[in-house]
Amino acid sequence: MHARILGLAAFAACLVMPVYAAVALSDAAGSYTISPSGSSIRFSIGKAGGGGFDGAFGRFKGTIRIDNGDVGRSKVDLTIYPESVGTGQGRIDAFLRSDAVFDAANNPEIQFRSTSVTRTGDTTALVTGRLTARGKTFPEKFTAELGGLKGGTIKFHVTGKVLRSRYGMDVGTPLYSNVVDFDMTLMGKRG
Amino acid sequence: MQSITNTSTRYGWAMIVLHWLIGIIFIGQFVLGFVMVRTASQRTSFELIQLHKSFGFLLLGLIVLRVAWRLGNAAPVLPASAGALERRTAPLAHFALYAFQVALPLSGWALVSVSTLEIPTMPFNLFVMPDLPLTESDAAEGFWASAHWYLAYAGIALVALHVAAALRHHFLLRDNVLARMITPSSGRE
Repeated sequence: MHARILGLAAFAACLVMPVYAAVALSDAAGSYTISPSGSSIRFSIGKAGGGGFDGAFGRFKGTIRIDNGDVGRSKVDLTIYPESVGTGQGRIDAFLRSDAVFDAANNPEIQFRSTSVTRTGDTTALVTGRLTARGKTFPEKFTAELGGLKGGTIKFHVTGKVLRSRYGMDVGTPLYSNVVDFDMTLMGKRG
Repeated sequence: MQSITNTSTRYGWAMIVLHWLIGIIFIGQFVLGFVMVRTASQRTSFELIQLHKSFGFLLLGLIVLRVAWRLGNAAPVLPASAGALERRTAPLAHFALYAFQVALPLSGWALVSVSTLEIPTMPFNLFVMPDLPLTESDAAEGFWASAHWYLAYAGIALVALHVAAALRHHFLLRDNVLARMITPSSGRE
């Protein structure tokens, strides 16, 4: 999806975009490794009666490949380790790691593999892919926005909503919303 | 035609229904509370705790109704077979039973209100029950968890005493103290 965004940026450049005019697809094209420092994967879930709770995954890895000729052929792979979930409340973390939610002991990885990247704006793209968690796979969509390209580092802001019930994680509904709001900053380093 | 209200010697059916409904839910809540904190599965435990909260609020509603009904309806007098000691202690035991019925659900409500887990309360998933205006902290949660636990054990001991007293009346004294909590007043006594 990041690749997709880059593509957008490239197009934007062609269209004399003021902000990302400097980012040409040829500049952004290439493979990037997601760097844990500078990246974050946060989520929040609304609660009945207002408010909600926020959490983040501390460990994850992934790659972003931006296709030089065709943005649509760009790829994003992301692996999240649910064992690393953190909410600031130890008892909730233990609950999330348990078989009530992630069952991290038996399902140590949550994976996202992009299937298509579609440009939606000058610096934005829609990344569609397959999300696998607890042995269940469903198509999901995320919006990616190019945050910058500097030297060999590229940055994307990625947001999306995932229905947790489909992955066998419906515990607590309707006290807690079925919709999980993801908010990620992914920083890729070339190479 | 059976009477809804109490008479001087018999209970009306409103009091009888509330008595048994609250009694059964109260004992069920004790068992549920005992099991829910010993369940290995975190998911099942979570769901049982939410069920316990739902029944707790149902119980509180029924108890408010019962206390209001009791304030407007004097309980029937003890039969002649009751001794002097019982005439003095039975009202105390019954007052204590009422006090526990009110205190137990309130202590549970306080517990969920001060818990740092901030789990919302939705009785039977029908509506959001607001928290009591108490300050949440781990210390307050520990205090109310202990209070709820001690009240539950003391309450169930009191219920056991109450049941033993009722059985004594029925099988040893052979009076109608237990029977009149089963068969409502005809309105003519």
